[in-house]
Amino acid sequence: MPRLLKAHLGVTFAFLYIPIAVLIVLSFNRAGMPTAWSGFSVEWYGKLASNPKILASAWNSVIVATISATIATVLGTLLALGVERARPSPARDALLFAPMIVPDIVLAIALLSFFTLLKFTLGLHSIILAHVVFNIAFVCAVVRARLKGFDWSLTEVSRDLGAGHFVTFRKITLPLILPSVIAAALLAFTLSIDEFIIAYFTAGAGQASTTLPMQIYSMIRFGVTPEINAMASIVMAISFALVLLAQRLNHGRIPGA
Amino acid sequence: MAPGLLWLTVLMIVPCLLIFVLIFFERGTYGGIDWSVATLGNFTRAFDPLYLSILLDSARIALTATIIALLIDYPAAYAIMKAPERWQTSLLFLAILPFWTNYLIRTYAWIVLLNPVGVINNVLTYVGAISQPLPLLYNEFAVILGLVYNYTPFVILAIYSALQRLDPSYAEASRDLGATAVTTFFKITLPLTAAGVSAGAVFVFVLSIGNFITPDLLGGGKMQMIGNLIYDQFLTARDWPFGATLSGLLIALMMIALLMQAVASGRARGDHHA
Repeated sequence: MPRLLKAHLGVTFAFLYIPIAVLIVLSFNRAGMPTAWSGFSVEWYGKLASNPKILASAWNSVIVATISATIATVLGTLLALGVERARPSPARDALLFAPMIVPDIVLAIALLSFFTLLKFTLGLHSIILAHVVFNIAFVCAVVRARLKGFDWSLTEVSRDLGAGHFVTFRKITLPLILPSVIAAALLAFTLSIDEFIIAYFTAGAGQASTTLPMQIYSMIRFGVTPEINAMASIVMAISFALVLLAQRLNHGRIPGA
Repeated sequence: MAPGLLWLTVLMIVPCLLIFVLIFFERGTYGGIDWSVATLGNFTRAFDPLYLSILLDSARIALTATIIALLIDYPAAYAIMKAPERWQTSLLFLAILPFWTNYLIRTYAWIVLLNPVGVINNVLTYVGAISQPLPLLYNEFAVILGLVYNYTPFVILAIYSALQRLDPSYAEASRDLGATAVTTFFKITLPLTAAGVSAGAVFVFVLSIGNFITPDLLGGGKMQMIGNLIYDQFLTARDWPFGATLSGLLIALMMIALLMQAVASGRARGDHHA
């Protein structure tokens, strides 16, 4: 039985990673034919770097992800601190859980209808507003998990010794939860930079607010190309690096905690 | 706390409520919404056999994907739990990592593998197993495969968390009382982890039934699921009120799934204390 289990886990990991590995290997394929090997080459990576559409959309994605992750990290962390100390409320928990379970397409059309009704001009700023929604919920969940074992008497001591709310937060609470907050910010950035459907609906018309996933989507619809393989490999490498970093931060032991 | 809750209320709750308002109106002549007449027409249209069959197809595909995912991921999560302690975190991390890469790219990877001149067909032709490429892409098989692939990391995580919370002394007691490993698994471990299983199942089902990317890219336009239908109503047909009605149906289905999960995990907890 254990041997069978081990084999099953091995097969599951193969199932998870073979598609990714094949993609990365084929991104170094020399020939234009994307699915048969014909020699090593990095020319597709070079092609990417000189494609203005891809560069512009990548830059848009970085802007959206940076701003939305920053706003969400501040609001989500404050929310987590408030919720953990407040009386439990099922309605509030449902509100915080909803963004993770509402299908993307529903939130996407809801926001499109909402913005249109308000005659709100669409663009990168409307994508940012939308991305903060799911990122707040996410950051809040990560920071709350960290606060579960938090010793609140530390903040009481600080208050008893005469420190104000702000000083206590800056000197005691924040340093203790900071690794989790940074981890949450990195994960929020990753979520935002990869998000497609909500961005697609809230971007408005025109190339100016095209994000990287929107660019990838329109390229994929034209078929398999080695250029997409190369771009996919870079995007995956960045996501893996960010998540790995977040994982390290969230597990690093903090003095006093 | 207030700014965060306000953000979620204004940019999630209010827009979602707006969907339920749109249901009662008609599309304007140039798209948009005609607010002049309230109607129930969208409801009757949504229950037209054409749309109803798409809804049922979506539910069937989502359910199939959910069952396959559980069959693959429960044993995988169990294997991680049984691995030596120092390996568990790394194995779990490795299982979740793909979830953090771009959904479009993970789906695209399967186009590379499954298409008629793709990696799988090339390999099979090369070893002489087939003479004609297999029709692996642009069908229901590909869509279900894509859904299972994309949600497997999350299901493993949900089931692993449930297994980890389980007190091992229950299984030990069962073994001490003479039950076999298999009986112990089906009588003790599986029922007591039902909450984790149902959480994972609801997640896969809800995200699958509302999925747009997977049927679009792996179904090749031949496969219509409710997510694609909503997309078309908003961006192609420009009939927003009808698209909103379909979204309302999707939200209703989602609520039913969540309610069933709440009942199921409540009952599992009840059994546990009995």
